Amino acid sequence: MSYFFQLMVSGIVVGSIYALSALGFVLIYKSSRVLNIAHGQIIAGGAFIVFALTVWVGIPIVLSFLASLVITFFLAMSVERIFLRRLIGEPIISVIMVTIGLMSILDGVIYLTPFGSMNYSFPEFLPTTPLSLGGVSISWTQLVGVVITAILIGAFSWFFKSATLGISMRAVSDDQLASMSVGISVPRVFGLAWALAGLSAAGAGAIIGNITGLNYETLRAFGIAVFPVVILGGLDSIIGAVVAGIIMGLIQQFAAGYVDGNWGLNGTADVLPYVILLVILLFKPHGLFGTHEIERV
Amino acid sequence: MGAPAPTRLRADWRIDTMNTSLADSPLLEVNNIEVVYNDIIQVLRGVSLAVPKGRIVALLGTNGAGKTTTLRAISGLLKPENGFIREGYIKFNGVDITNQLGTDVVRLGAVMVPEGRRVFKHLTVEENIRVGSVTRRESLAVIRENHQGMYRHFPRLAEITNRLAGYCSGGEQQMIAIARALMAAPQMLMLDEPSLGLAPLLVKDIFRNIQVINQELKTTILVVEQNAKIALAISDYAYIMESGKIVLEGASRELQDNPDVKEFYMGITQSGRRKSFKEVKSYKRRKRWM
Repeated sequence: MSYFFQLMVSGIVVGSIYALSALGFVLIYKSSRVLNIAHGQIIAGGAFIVFALTVWVGIPIVLSFLASLVITFFLAMSVERIFLRRLIGEPIISVIMVTIGLMSILDGVIYLTPFGSMNYSFPEFLPTTPLSLGGVSISWTQLVGVVITAILIGAFSWFFKSATLGISMRAVSDDQLASMSVGISVPRVFGLAWALAGLSAAGAGAIIGNITGLNYETLRAFGIAVFPVVILGGLDSIIGAVVAGIIMGLIQQFAAGYVDGNWGLNGTADVLPYVILLVILLFKPHGLFGTHEIERV
Repeated sequence: MGAPAPTRLRADWRIDTMNTSLADSPLLEVNNIEVVYNDIIQVLRGVSLAVPKGRIVALLGTNGAGKTTTLRAISGLLKPENGFIREGYIKFNGVDITNQLGTDVVRLGAVMVPEGRRVFKHLTVEENIRVGSVTRRESLAVIRENHQGMYRHFPRLAEITNRLAGYCSGGEQQMIAIARALMAAPQMLMLDEPSLGLAPLLVKDIFRNIQVINQELKTTILVVEQNAKIALAISDYAYIMESGKIVLEGASRELQDNPDVKEFYMGITQSGRRKSFKEVKSYKRRKRWM
């Protein structure tokens, strides 16, 4: 039984990281209908910034984590300003092509730095003995990661539910002309959506980096791993991203723990999420929490 | 009917029909604007109109006359449609707002309620109204009080604060859209066809509300309508548009009695008989104002 709970705990850890990674992706899609293909690069970039500040500059990790959130906030905002602002109103496919270009540019920039070819790992700053309770153990890094993720997700939910600015961002995703008519600056909302996406991606990157170590390919892969998560959750739902992230994490861990190695099956942890995704989409084509068009008859 | 020469009531109405103190510069002044879409299609061909402070002004006309374009030009919402004011200028409160951004126009105090209501369907009634205050810099307490004021003004909305606006009825949505616009504390409220798609009884309600807003909140109102009868009944002054031009203007009371207006916009002949819709239409095609 404790094996089951152990898998569940690690499923939630992995899942909450998926959730945080997916959040930024959803934010951009929700406000501007753009699929940001370069999301994985931003996640990796966030992790590298934290590492560089902590290890090379020597700032305490808590401060460098917060600093990396601020830095990526403004970096992502300038990316939107420089590359995407002028594309507002252009066909969505051109905008997506630009994010593909952005992905290549960021790849190129990262390969110029040592991070592109070398693996690093964060210095241990938390107790190394795992916390264990009734046979279920969780490392301090994982626990802190989950807590930070929960705080960030909670803050985002509050922002979109209760802050006028957050509500107006949802308004933009609902009806752009009407938002303009009440005085919302739509380009500014797009900029803010990118900035917040950058911030959450950096948070996710730093947490992943602490748990798995810094390997560019691994970090970048999270940009692809969020696809099944966001599609399952419904592309434009923040709660959807969180719930689907955790579901995906659990499926992966249980598949790895129970299915792999039995009956001659291997690598199901990588395949099963997509199988379940397809099955769920058969019944709920908008995803679990995706927006339905409201039609009054 | 031997159509009388179209009367152009360009008499100086401000002195004629209203208090002379209003003769100073109007709150909104649209001067001879020309609007083109996609650099080619000219929609407005020299539209001029004035909205004095504290009054209700109606802009009437049939489909495609350019009424909505005029409102969009004023509220800075031409850009998403690739439109541009090529000639002329618009002044609000003495400030030039020609080709200004929508956000800035709202900040200056002119807010539009778009055609077809356009509430935020996936936001609750409460959130819809709250979004209207996004440009304001006052304290939260002031805005909250203002928000409660909207519920006093539209008691129906207080009962459904948590419903998604997309599931509200047409009348409720129109109230939401108006309350949302009023949350910006505008000096001038522009309404684009508030009667569209509403039952006649609801239309009366909405127009009564518009009058109340004008009297109680002292908000200047510019209303675009196809329903000439009700718009003339509540407004002080009216303009009639056709193919991108103002073809007739005058105090609403006088326009109500104008035989052309009666025939073309209210479907009533000189003898007072109601004409069949079909007759009005075919006759109209041959009639030219200018």
